[in-house]
Amino acid sequence: MATVDDITVRQEDAQKDSVAPIVVVNKLRKCFGDHTVLNGISLSVDRGETLAVLGRSGTGKSVLLRLIIGLETPDSGSVCIYGQTIAELAIDQMGEIRKKIGFIFQHAALYDSLTVAENVAFLLKHHRRDVSSSERNDRVMQLLAEVGMEGNLDKMPSDISGGMQKRVGLARALALEPEILLLDEPTAGLDPISSGEIDDLILKLQRERKMASVVVTHDLHSAKAISNRLALLDQGNVVIEGKFEDLQESNISFVMEFLKQS
Amino acid sequence: MATFAMRRINEFFEWFGSLSIFFWKTFRAASTPPYEWRELIRQLDEVGSKSFPLVALAGAAIGVVLSMEARYSLGRFGAKSMFSVTLVYSVIQVMGPIMTGLIVSGRVGAGIGAELASMKVTEQIDAIEASAINPYRLLAATRIVACILMLPLLTLAADAAGLLTGWFAQTLVEPLSFHEFIESGFHGATFNAFLPPTFKTAVYGLLIGLIACFQGMRTRGGAEGVGRAATNSVVLASLFVILADVVLVKFILVVFH
Repeated sequence: MATVDDITVRQEDAQKDSVAPIVVVNKLRKCFGDHTVLNGISLSVDRGETLAVLGRSGTGKSVLLRLIIGLETPDSGSVCIYGQTIAELAIDQMGEIRKKIGFIFQHAALYDSLTVAENVAFLLKHHRRDVSSSERNDRVMQLLAEVGMEGNLDKMPSDISGGMQKRVGLARALALEPEILLLDEPTAGLDPISSGEIDDLILKLQRERKMASVVVTHDLHSAKAISNRLALLDQGNVVIEGKFEDLQESNISFVMEFLKQS
Repeated sequence: MATFAMRRINEFFEWFGSLSIFFWKTFRAASTPPYEWRELIRQLDEVGSKSFPLVALAGAAIGVVLSMEARYSLGRFGAKSMFSVTLVYSVIQVMGPIMTGLIVSGRVGAGIGAELASMKVTEQIDAIEASAINPYRLLAATRIVACILMLPLLTLAADAAGLLTGWFAQTLVEPLSFHEFIESGFHGATFNAFLPPTFKTAVYGLLIGLIACFQGMRTRGGAEGVGRAATNSVVLASLFVILADVVLVKFILVVFH
């Protein structure tokens, strides 16, 4: 069985080999009772690439992200990160993988008993115990400044808007310098201006950090703005995968209907 | 009817099975580093310090009630001289522990159940797990250990309040010095008489913390689920505390007397 050191070596190899996909989803199948959410889908994401996963509500987009990070276990198929099948990893090995992944939940999932600054510092306190409190505070300020929230350090999550919560969620996800970013509906529930600001922020971070990103959204405009490739799901299957122009040129009825309604 | 009964029986065993798995995961997380000392200290404050006023008040009330009832009952049988020992043994061996357990079941059980349920439905627990932090270690183990450590101390507080107010209620009617009350109340007593009943509340703490964390962390269903988790935490924790008391009293009598 691979050790934690093996995973670190594989991560370093993946960083050197920028062509190899970092995240590979292979024939993933997931059912909840009688309802099949994902029906054997296969996707891959390279370093520095953003894949947008689109589809109607309830088509398993969020479940896909949860399977990638190991919050759910697939019924069949596999998720490989840095060449490691995550279902075969022990808890500490999976922990090392998760430290390389930043996950932004649909409703931010900020810890409501902690302030904005404490939320961002949370991962640093747990995983970077070698860092002094002043260095940690500097890092928290830097992260919040990147997302435009440096003036809200002492506010509680309930005191800030949904858009601001998502910004803080993004800052928190970036705390450990992740190489993979998973975003679940980053603009859901936001007004068009706030959605645009979040999209711009994601694009800026992508340009600077070159992470492999998977963005789940039903917002075609947002997906088009921030992604290199798009995958459209319907009834648990990938209907089409490619650039936005490929979707526009498709004559698959579901694709045409989805584009028409968006 | 038969199908309904079978389903209920199935749910009963499934609940116990899930609880056992939860206990094992939490125990394993609690016994391996890194330890969450800061969170444990915070929980010691939440469970212990913040329950103290209510537990002490309840203990004081119980002391007054027992004092009045004991004086009346013993007076009927000409056994007033037994008042001090009756009150001391009643409070420390019986009423103090069970009353503390039930009060903490209500206050702490509901609080933990609701807090963790709320975190569950808002994906905060998922966020913790996705951040490579073991939620069993951070959330469940710290709360359960805090309950185990704090219940005996809270029981001592309830006992002290009960004895103090019980003596005071008695001395208002028939003057009795506190020194005489303690001398006669604890006359001939050994540690076996009082330590096991006090430390058995550590088992209550385990049950309260375990059940409340379990109910909270498996919640589904939004606000309704949170309410259900809080209610179930109190009801089940209280039930298990009462059942445990029956078992532990017998155990103590067999082992220590």
